[in-house]
Amino acid sequence: MNPRHLLWAVAAVALVALPFVYRQPYHLHVLVLILIWSFAYTSWSVMGRFGLVSLGHGGFMGVGAYVTALLWNHLGMSPWLGIPISLVCAGALALIVAYPCFRFRITGHYFALVTLALSGIVLQIITATRDLTGGSLGYTPERTKGSGLAALQFVDKETWYLIALAVWAVGIAIWYWIDRSMIRYAMEAISEDEDAAAAAGINVTAEKLKITVLSAVMTALAGALYCQYQMFISPDTVSGISVSLQMVFAAVVGGIYVALGPTVGAIITIMLAEGLRIGFGTKAVGWDNLVYGVLLVVFIIFLPKGILGSLLARMKSSSKR
Amino acid sequence: MMADIFDVYLAEAIISGILLGGVLALLALGLNLIFGVIDVTWICYAELIMLGMYALYYFYSVFGLPMWVAAPACIAIVAVLGLLLHYIVIAPLLDAAPINQLLATGGVLFFLQSFATVAFGIDFRNLGIRLPVLALGEMHFSYARLLAFGAALAGMVVVYLFMTRTYIGTAIRAISQDRQIMALMGVDTRRLYLVTSAIGGALAGLAACLLVLQYDVHPFVGLSFGPITFLICVLGGLGNFIGGFVAAFLFAQIISLGGLYSDLEWGYVLAFAFFIVMMFIRPAGLLARRQ
Repeated sequence: MNPRHLLWAVAAVALVALPFVYRQPYHLHVLVLILIWSFAYTSWSVMGRFGLVSLGHGGFMGVGAYVTALLWNHLGMSPWLGIPISLVCAGALALIVAYPCFRFRITGHYFALVTLALSGIVLQIITATRDLTGGSLGYTPERTKGSGLAALQFVDKETWYLIALAVWAVGIAIWYWIDRSMIRYAMEAISEDEDAAAAAGINVTAEKLKITVLSAVMTALAGALYCQYQMFISPDTVSGISVSLQMVFAAVVGGIYVALGPTVGAIITIMLAEGLRIGFGTKAVGWDNLVYGVLLVVFIIFLPKGILGSLLARMKSSSKR
Repeated sequence: MMADIFDVYLAEAIISGILLGGVLALLALGLNLIFGVIDVTWICYAELIMLGMYALYYFYSVFGLPMWVAAPACIAIVAVLGLLLHYIVIAPLLDAAPINQLLATGGVLFFLQSFATVAFGIDFRNLGIRLPVLALGEMHFSYARLLAFGAALAGMVVVYLFMTRTYIGTAIRAISQDRQIMALMGVDTRRLYLVTSAIGGALAGLAACLLVLQYDVHPFVGLSFGPITFLICVLGGLGNFIGGFVAAFLFAQIISLGGLYSDLEWGYVLAFAFFIVMMFIRPAGLLARRQ
């Protein structure tokens, strides 16, 4: 075992052991939020790193959250069954939208705008079916008394922390798995030149579809988890264009080309929002997004690799010297 | 009897759709102009309009300026904003990947929205002007919408004349056809980009003046017509002025007629669904030639 592996093992043990030694509920709450959103941002970067910039991930997240909650409230279906169904729905939605895009070579700007339309549609449908979903006022899954394993509702933060940690770890694992798979080489070739990639024998449409559906399903899982944890969802918090843009923003700030980049992005954005909220209270409404906006512009102009990405690149180049 | 009433509503919905189409076409024109010439999509276009709406609100209702001073001032302010947007954000990114430009303007969207929240608060505000309603048989149209339609058409005609009759307009059209050659011909592309950004901003300013007559302004008002503007531009073919014009009227009819049969939101859902279906059929835009 080399020191690098040892470091990873120590970090993993520390992360798992944390809630057993440190039980301050508010801090755990922030950590759970960071983990869930990190997973969502990682899901976005799974496809975003290959130049497939989707502004529709708010839509997938909304599907994950709302389908799970609706099945639970109306049919009494346990989230253990509801979440897989919601994931299938999000995957199907991704297929329906992405297939024509890829088949007809809609890339770059056009792809971003088409997916933007998708998050618009999901938001409008949630608002329009207000009899069912509560519209813009939001929606609450019915509570069971105390902690219920079947209902996937837990009162204590420690359980949620462990669940979120596990899901987040799976997200990072998927990121690494793609990083080392043939899909990565295929996708990188495609993002350079689709014609050349096709000539080299890559099935361009199929490869892009695979990665898009994977990313959409992961995002929907993040939405479902968020719903189960917060026990309240509204179109503004889990779907729509601002959520989509927020995902892109956090991933870009952290760095979309490194595994932990989106996580760093989530830590920065959520700490910033919470810090401003505690420091300034209701006076801070709007300030967090103000700072996000400026940071996003500054990062894209001066630091397109993101914080973690640039840091790692600098460390690498200095160790070579 | 039922049929009569139904037809009046149908006719009213169709004419409302045409009126809405004029304003949407104006919105699409500004965005298309920017895309066609500079090859950049301003995701924050609707937020510029939102700021313009606030500008007119403050000039007219708070400072009490007469409308003929307030409206041109509002247009000028948004034109300057468009210029600044290009100078500060787009110019450094001209050689970056297109998607980075898109995301940077997304950052500007965040910034402008929260700037409005911080500076103006989240209250809904309106000018407090109640324009009379025109009754045409059994149909009713507010003058605000007729005025908006007329002004939007006038604005588009002015832009058309500018693009075809003036030297700078000709240069702008030429640069949208071939970026490299124009620079070799001794044209200062940077200056043309700035002029185009200012015109795009001015169009947003005009749209703001027209929209604030009909709708309340609040920091998130951009989200209610921003996405639809992008869809119109993509449907018409980004940078294709005539395509955008046709698409705007198509979309407006779908929204208006869809809204007739159920809620307005379903009109929007229908329009979005129509858009996705059209992407299957005509991925390069409504008027694109088949390859």
